[in-house]
Amino acid sequence: MSPGTIAAALALGFAAGLLAGLFGVGGGILFVPTLLGLGLGQLDAEATSLLAILPTVAAGVWRQSGYGHVRWRPALWLGLASIAGVQLGVVIATSLPEHVLRRLFGVLVLGVAVQLAWRALRPRAALPR
Amino acid sequence: MGRPPPRSRFAPDRLVGARLRRSPAYDTAVLRLVLIGLVAGLFSALFGVGGGILIVPLLILAAGFLERPATATSLAAIGITALAGTITYAFHGHVDVGYAALVGLPAAAGAVAGSTLQQRIHARVLSLGFAALLVGVAVWLLAG
Repeated sequence: MSPGTIAAALALGFAAGLLAGLFGVGGGILFVPTLLGLGLGQLDAEATSLLAILPTVAAGVWRQSGYGHVRWRPALWLGLASIAGVQLGVVIATSLPEHVLRRLFGVLVLGVAVQLAWRALRPRAALPR
Repeated sequence: MGRPPPRSRFAPDRLVGARLRRSPAYDTAVLRLVLIGLVAGLFSALFGVGGGILIVPLLILAAGFLERPATATSLAAIGITALAGTITYAFHGHVDVGYAALVGLPAAAGAVAGSTLQQRIHARVLSLGFAALLVGVAVWLLAG
């Protein structure tokens, strides 16, 4: 891997974390394309992204709990229930052809872009910030 | 923008707090959280993302959370989800620890910077910048 590639990966990693800290999105939406760019296949990139999310989330939670925003009990319910969903998700992802998974992921990225833009452009008064 | 005053432990938005826990509403609250968690887990493992993009709006719309507690609580839940996903994928041999560290460790620094900024600015311009970046990524993925 060239120094330029490493620098680009580090910069994109930092940007993904920034997105996570600002918008509560885990960062995977940028990890996966970055890892694809580094040469991983779609499935490998997705699996590796999940591991990369852990330090990001740990840092994000540490900050947010300092501000008193984390509701621990609901988080535990959400997290424990998600384990069952994860099992089904892995079965589906490993049985789909990688080019199909890549296209589906592309649609997801587009959807997230639309959601971010909508949140930025909607009228201000709706929710207290 | 000034900072909002610190919220009381017993503020109304503290879902499943001491007051709600004694009421029948607690049961449906847990059911909603479990359903949101199930969907988010499937989504997370299928796409290799945390699932916050799904959890945050669902917590706000279906579970009565305010935006910031929803964001923070989603992050904590994603920790469990991503750990479960990593372990499950590791059994299939897909997780590359070196690459995960290469993007994950700078991201931890980015997350600290991001959550600090969130307390101080309306991240409108940044938000639109990220949206534009993601449109570019989507075009690359869909056309490639």
